[in-house]
Amino acid sequence: MTLTAATRAEQRETSLAHVKAAEWGKGLGTLARITRLTLRHPWQASAAVLATLVAATLQLIIPRLLGRAVDQAQGILSADADSAVAAQHALFITAATLLTISILRGLFTMAQNYYGDSVGHHLGYELRLATYEKLQRLSFSFHDKVHTGDLITLGILDIEGVRMFFNTGLVRMVLLTVLIGFGAVLLISTDPLLGLLSLSFVPFVAWRSSVTQLLLRSTWLELQERLAVLTRVMDENLGGIRVVRAFAAQAFELTKFDRISEGALQLAHERVLIRVRNTSAMNFSFFAAMGLVLWVGGGRVAAGTMTVGTLASFLTFMTILQMPVRQLGLMVNSFARASTCGRRLFELLDQEITIADKPGAEPLVLTDGVLAFEDVSFTYPGAEKPALVGIDFTARPGQTIGIVGPPGSGKSTIAHLIPRFYDVTSGRITIDGQDIRDVTLESLRRAVGVVQQDAFLFTTSIENNVAYGDPWAEEQRIARAAESAQLHDYIVGLPTGYGTIVGERGASLSGGQRQRLTIARSLILRHAMLVFDDSTAAVDAGTEQRIRAAIRTHASERVTLIISHRLSSLMHADEILFIEDGRIVERGTHGDLLAAGGRYRALHDLQLPPVEDAMQGAAE
Amino acid sequence: MSIRSEKVLIAGTERPPRAVVGSHREKEEIFGAVYDPKIVRRIWSFVSPYRGKVVLSVAAVLVFTLTQLAIPLIIRTAIDSGMAGGVADHSVLVSCALAFAATILVNYGASYLQETVVGSAAEHVLFDMRRAMFSHLQRVSLSFMDKTEVGRLMSRLQGDVNSMQEFMETSVLSVGDIALLAGIVVVLLWLDPRLGLLTLATMPALFIVRLFWLPLAKRSFMEAHETSSIANGALAEGIHGVRTVQSMSRQRVNFELYDEKVRAHRDANLLAAKYAQVMVPIVDTLTGIAMATVIVVGGSMVLSKSLDIGVMVAFLFYIQRFFDPIRSLTLQYSVMQRAMASGQRISEVLDVPVDVTDKTDAVALPEDMDGSVEFRNVTFGYVPGQPVLHDVSFRVNPGETVALVGPTGSGKTSAMALVHRFYDVTRGSVLVGGRDVRDVTQDSLGRHIAMVLQEPFLFSGTVFDNIRYHKTEASRAEVVSAAKAVGAHEFIMQLPKGYDSELEQRGSNISQGQRQLISFARALVADARILVLDEATANIDSYTERQIQKALAILLKGRTGLVIAHRLATIRGADRIIVLQNGTLVEQGNHDALMQKKGLYARLYSMNYASFDDIPAELIAGGLSRTTS
Repeated sequence: MTLTAATRAEQRETSLAHVKAAEWGKGLGTLARITRLTLRHPWQASAAVLATLVAATLQLIIPRLLGRAVDQAQGILSADADSAVAAQHALFITAATLLTISILRGLFTMAQNYYGDSVGHHLGYELRLATYEKLQRLSFSFHDKVHTGDLITLGILDIEGVRMFFNTGLVRMVLLTVLIGFGAVLLISTDPLLGLLSLSFVPFVAWRSSVTQLLLRSTWLELQERLAVLTRVMDENLGGIRVVRAFAAQAFELTKFDRISEGALQLAHERVLIRVRNTSAMNFSFFAAMGLVLWVGGGRVAAGTMTVGTLASFLTFMTILQMPVRQLGLMVNSFARASTCGRRLFELLDQEITIADKPGAEPLVLTDGVLAFEDVSFTYPGAEKPALVGIDFTARPGQTIGIVGPPGSGKSTIAHLIPRFYDVTSGRITIDGQDIRDVTLESLRRAVGVVQQDAFLFTTSIENNVAYGDPWAEEQRIARAAESAQLHDYIVGLPTGYGTIVGERGASLSGGQRQRLTIARSLILRHAMLVFDDSTAAVDAGTEQRIRAAIRTHASERVTLIISHRLSSLMHADEILFIEDGRIVERGTHGDLLAAGGRYRALHDLQLPPVEDAMQGAAE
Repeated sequence: MSIRSEKVLIAGTERPPRAVVGSHREKEEIFGAVYDPKIVRRIWSFVSPYRGKVVLSVAAVLVFTLTQLAIPLIIRTAIDSGMAGGVADHSVLVSCALAFAATILVNYGASYLQETVVGSAAEHVLFDMRRAMFSHLQRVSLSFMDKTEVGRLMSRLQGDVNSMQEFMETSVLSVGDIALLAGIVVVLLWLDPRLGLLTLATMPALFIVRLFWLPLAKRSFMEAHETSSIANGALAEGIHGVRTVQSMSRQRVNFELYDEKVRAHRDANLLAAKYAQVMVPIVDTLTGIAMATVIVVGGSMVLSKSLDIGVMVAFLFYIQRFFDPIRSLTLQYSVMQRAMASGQRISEVLDVPVDVTDKTDAVALPEDMDGSVEFRNVTFGYVPGQPVLHDVSFRVNPGETVALVGPTGSGKTSAMALVHRFYDVTRGSVLVGGRDVRDVTQDSLGRHIAMVLQEPFLFSGTVFDNIRYHKTEASRAEVVSAAKAVGAHEFIMQLPKGYDSELEQRGSNISQGQRQLISFARALVADARILVLDEATANIDSYTERQIQKALAILLKGRTGLVIAHRLATIRGADRIIVLQNGTLVEQGNHDALMQKKGLYARLYSMNYASFDDIPAELIAGGLSRTTS
């Protein structure tokens, strides 16, 4: 946060470059594309592969050295040099070589793991940025159809699967190829039969471990699903504990819990068995191969056709090979995981952003501030029925347009079209004569503010929430916006004032307070046009009037759209549109519409009695 | 417009923005004391049902360790007596082969037994702990639930339970590690004390290195973990709030803030990787030193015939296994600390007192009870010494509808909770059907009282199951007729699968008003004598609103109704109105009577607020009869 302007700008540039880089290898197969992406870090990737090659080779030398040492100790290799000093010397050299190689192996293994990991973390960083950037820009229609939970999984687990591919898949593949390949050549060239026996466990273990890992993966996914259900049951139960108690449903809830829990336990148990069967079988086949080598090799040593050292080197070689061969399954798993995770991730990253600036779009030029809907129709993607048909109206500065209608009539859709949350299907929306699709999105959204009914509040301080749209707003501006929204007095009455953290999803505020906070958040941006999308539903009528009065004094030259089902909110509007089934069925002023005696009148009659009574009560 | 946005960005370079992404998180203690007898006893209480299994698996671990120790020894014997020195004795080789075969069979069995038993016992303990906490939470006092965030409880039920499982599994393995370590030391010293001592000299070196390394490494691992949760939290927030982000054009600022978080995440992970990997060359070097020692010292001894060649080979084999147990044992230390902290938190949940329990001689509320509700001099508070109800007395006669009204904080909700005995009164008594609620079983109380809460909480599941939540044996016909009665049938039939449509979490895929109607149908299916209802404050569109008013009338018909009313229509429809202020009953009567009295009710009513709850406290206190429009 204490970065200078220059480094900040520079960082932003490099971060954005990383985001762009996620497009590398577009069009290639999933695994090829991931590989291509890792090549964005050529130095580290090469370092990892090179270190792997060296480490694996060094690994192969160690058994030979140990074998030689055993033979030297027996005085076999130095039979002609019968001086003990020479033999001692030979042993010393072997020991020194072994120590050096051990140290080098350690260093190269470290480099292999570190650089392998490091490529993964850098790739992970880039993919996280690219995913976040994409998700922030994808239009509402995308977010409408994709479940938030799936997106979160994608942004966490799928990236993990892709970023790990280099280290757990590719690097491990290099390691295993060298170890098993060269190892086999070395062993078989030394002694074909014994070599084959030493390697006899490899195919079995490799196969078992691959099958098991894939099985563990699929059962893991299923277990996660069951645990997610369990989580949901617990979460809902605890969140709705009053309902549970009110209906004395504790026993019912426990039965539900037990049923799901038992299922999950069962599966967890199965997974333990799958894993154990595999490890035990792998251990057994390894030791069995070792027994065979010992038996055959032992016979040769006894017959004098083989030295103890050679036998010992075969045995050590097996011990060294054991671990990597077991990990073959992990490598297979890594390939499988990267391929499914990568497919999902790239599908998101390649998703086209449907609502974006046209090439060469200019910022909106506000002259008078006239908003016009010109024969606008709109159908939600995938829907059959149009949500809006032939909407036509003009709002001039200082004017208020009221929009009313039954639930689902398309009122909110009108609000969503103005800042281009969706694009119109036909017709056009203009601001001062400019089609909103021809201007930049950012300038449009700075000009138009939409206050939503159930807006999202962020888990941070009230101050940060009010300043959400302009994080550099001065304190006075924040306070003024809160004052206009009739929330300032409440906030300063809190022990920590504006610093008070808004609880999870704004839970610690009442519905009305949350809406007022949302209003304050919009007011701070001083939009040229404000759309209230049923955003005062939970605010009482008196407070709402005060909010409107405050807004009027601060910006009388604004276009205001009020969407509400409460007529008192919009009866003073310059024009009221009554929407039904996506069409304007009645329009005019409050007086006109009452006189017309249509739907508006009917709604009015439905709502008014208590209010009138109340007024009478007040007058008395 | 464009000029302004430029200014914002330039300004941003001078002064930090008032902005964060996904930053506010509660921190919890992750490491506890390594050993806390009280918590160990608690953990043991969960483990002890499986103690047979634990004993078995420890035995299996020990056997498994013994077979691992035996293999190099068999190789040694095979070399020294079966093949080396030209004095090859074929029968020794055969018996070695047999011994080897036997050992690996035992190894197979022991490894299978140990892992299955440990694995399944640990899973069982985990599920048992979770169930114990969950079922305890079903009974603990609501005042605890009121002040505890669900998220915190969930982390107990999941995170803490998981770290206990990790602890369980690794503990048994640690027994094996300790046995292996001790075994190797003993065997090496037994094979050749001098060479053994020399070789083992590298072991303390590793211990010392680990001792210095561990705290640093642990901190970096924690940091990696922490930054990961922060980055994930920010991502989740960005996804949940994406519509707000876009409408307020916060993408650029958020991207930069998110960049900082993921950058920190990456760097913390890179540092952690360094710490993790730095041990590799150290261990390899120490292994190299130990092997070199065996080659030089052991080799010379073999040359001078003071050591069998097989012993040297065995030494080389042991050395390769040598450092594994030390590595996992030092890690076990942190696992134990973590488990103790988790155990502490799990104990906290299990120790939350259960305030409201059935008396031992509690009886079921009789089926033919009259359905009256009476408060007799009730004083009640959530915190001792801070009563929210003072000496409140009133009676609701069978079949009567009483509206409870009053400003926020007047004690309406508390009064309602007392009817169902969510809490026990401090003084006085609450009677249902003429009996003190403390003398009857909670179950029977639940059968006779249906509640509709302010927030119509629905569970994920079908509409059908939600409506019959209170009465799970209710037939489809019952459910449908209840839905029809409250006017929910029509919209339910318009859902993709009608009554079998799945409701998403908390019913988020239907509107607020519709949720309300379903919760009414749910209460109607319950068919209880007494209905306690907290009217929703959220404003609902006039069409649904009208439906709700009708439904309410149907719901109250023929029942005793106690309604916390917010809407004027509801209030005026009640037989009687009880006005509460600051926990005291200030007036009661019907609407007209109260209006004439010109007391608090008349004043509140004349203020033209949609709900009494919205009226600012100073207006009530000041008694200003000011109208606001």
